[in-house]
Amino acid sequence: MTDKPVMIITGTRKGIGKYLAEYYANKEFQVIGCSRGHIDFELDNYLHFSLDVSEEFPVKKMFSEIRKKYGQLDILINNAGIASMNHSLLTPISTARKILDTNVIGTFIFSREAAKLMKKNHFGRIINFSTFAVPFKLEGEAIYAASKAAIITLTEILAREYADFGITVNAVAPPAVQTDLIRGVPKEKMQILLKRQAISRYGDPKEVCNVIDFFIKPENEMVTGQIINLGGV
Amino acid sequence: MKEKIINNIYKSIEEIYESMDVKISLEKGIETQLFGGGDLDSLGLVNLIVSVEQNIEDEFNVIITIADDRALSQKHSPFRTVGSLADYIEILLKEKLND
Repeated sequence: MTDKPVMIITGTRKGIGKYLAEYYANKEFQVIGCSRGHIDFELDNYLHFSLDVSEEFPVKKMFSEIRKKYGQLDILINNAGIASMNHSLLTPISTARKILDTNVIGTFIFSREAAKLMKKNHFGRIINFSTFAVPFKLEGEAIYAASKAAIITLTEILAREYADFGITVNAVAPPAVQTDLIRGVPKEKMQILLKRQAISRYGDPKEVCNVIDFFIKPENEMVTGQIINLGGV
Repeated sequence: MKEKIINNIYKSIEEIYESMDVKISLEKGIETQLFGGGDLDSLGLVNLIVSVEQNIEDEFNVIITIADDRALSQKHSPFRTVGSLADYIEILLKEKLND
């Protein structure tokens, strides 16, 4: 058991997920992270699970351990996500399935299991990740953007289904942030994309944290089913 | 095993008792109606299933998913009565324990 708020962040091995894990562990949250691969960092207030977010049984086992160890869950950040920049005519089905499994099924399983734990205390905050690629209808990201459009609908409907349990569900849609997700996109193309934003620059993980800080406030009881796009998209 | 399962279902009903709009009476024992003709609405069923899953896990140290594809596609829903729910959980547990 712990007197700290208990938070799960998926996809903490690198990128925004790693940043979030460090940020919230330093803010005295008890952070539980997960990723498919092993991590190369150690943190106080941090516990790691190696698993695939789309595989039901390992995820259920993780939640079982969290329930027994902490007896509560306050916040879930569904950060884990993969992309594959490719024209749809050149996208293998195996890649499409993998993206949908990680981004949609993973978010669904984690939200479902989290809500089971959160409802005990009649309190919970679930934060999902969408992307600027949805409103931009980004060519070359058909499956990725479709998976994140699904996250918007999931967020809006889960917000209604979980409201009776005191759980809010919201999503943040970061603009382009310099992580592995956009590593394969040519520089010139990125510049054109950035110009389509009201604020034409890359986003920073701390700006994503700022939105999450707002969503997870205990007093933030009336904000649910909302999607915040950064960068003036 | 069956008795332990039934007791855990009763325990779960007690746990969610406060949240029920219409209170379930356990006078009829395993014939007590749950969902579909009983007093549980869909939110009540959600609360009950989540609680039963956790209590069964604590009792048998086995992780099960009660609302699985098979449960939802059965001609006679396992969620009708305490007895039918216990029967279904027993099947799930035996399968898990034999794995």
